[in-house]
Amino acid sequence: MAIHKEHELHQRRFGRNMGLGAVLLAFVVIVFGLTVVKVSRQDANGNPPSAEAKP
Amino acid sequence: MSDTSAIDHGREAGFGDFVQLLKPRVMSLVVFTAMVGLIVAPVPVHPFVAFTAILFIALGGGASGALNMWYDADIDRIMRRTKGRPVPTGKVSEGEALGLGLALSGISVMMLGLAANWFAGGFLAFTIFFYVVIYTMWLKRSTPQNIVIGGAAGAFPPMIGWAVSTGGVSVESVLMFAIIFMWTPPHFWALALFMKDDYSNAGVPMLTVTHGRKAARRHIFVYTLLLAPVALALALSSVGGPVVLFAAVVLNALFIRGGWQLLRRDEGAAEADGYKAEKAFFRFSLAYLFLHFGALLVEASLKAYGLGGW
Repeated sequence: MAIHKEHELHQRRFGRNMGLGAVLLAFVVIVFGLTVVKVSRQDANGNPPSAEAKP
Repeated sequence: MSDTSAIDHGREAGFGDFVQLLKPRVMSLVVFTAMVGLIVAPVPVHPFVAFTAILFIALGGGASGALNMWYDADIDRIMRRTKGRPVPTGKVSEGEALGLGLALSGISVMMLGLAANWFAGGFLAFTIFFYVVIYTMWLKRSTPQNIVIGGAAGAFPPMIGWAVSTGGVSVESVLMFAIIFMWTPPHFWALALFMKDDYSNAGVPMLTVTHGRKAARRHIFVYTLLLAPVALALALSSVGGPVVLFAAVVLNALFIRGGWQLLRRDEGAAEADGYKAEKAFFRFSLAYLFLHFGALLVEASLKAYGLGGW
């Protein structure tokens, strides 16, 4: 029997890898976006806005 | 022969099976209530921070769902309602569910702490602990009051949302917690009434099994009565207003009426019409929570135009 290059299993694994890739990419975008927001909103001393800082 | 023939390829998980582990339907409720808690809170939050905070609260909820499916795999295999979940069907192994749950718990708590504040992050960690350890591992299998106390885990999200904005706890956030907390038992007991032998087969001590169905109907009615003052108190608090008060009066009147109808039904009549009233009550309970928090959202948006509120 010939070796099938594209087995159904490979397709499913490909889908899973693409899904995980998309999730990781989204995570990178979120961390970058948070960084931009936090850095651009800090005051002259580099402290975050008071409302979000105090526990 | 291809090299994959040794693997039972009908059963390897796709990406969607891992999403199923996070209980997306429960997550949608978490997203909604956490979002309302965050928006009605008095301190404005940057929209992107708010978005990420809600995302990570939802992810924390999903993580506790995965941990619940890891621990409860044995009873999920028995119950009709849960047989099709990824772990009972063998698509995802128990170890994978545990790993995913733990990893996402850590990520969601850390990211919420960094994005918002560490009080909110700690609160999320406590919620996951409460749902997985206190509810799933301990109370669910040992007491018929399981969902009363376990309901607290589902009631925390609006408080976490509030904590993202204010960094603390207040009367309003406790009242939002109390509404979901008092709403959960009648919601689940109605489900247990028409899901008949599912829970008893699995050996989960549901009230309907341990104290009988008549007692469950009594409990449902009492909880609809206890829920009403909590809902009215929230309507009269600083996040309430005419819209919330109107919604609270109407929804609670209907909920109490539904509870009374369930109380008056005997088992013969219920079985004869296929648990019609019980199913209607269960569906209405979902609408109740959605509309109640929706009213809070409407009130908060009206405030932006100088309307609404007291």
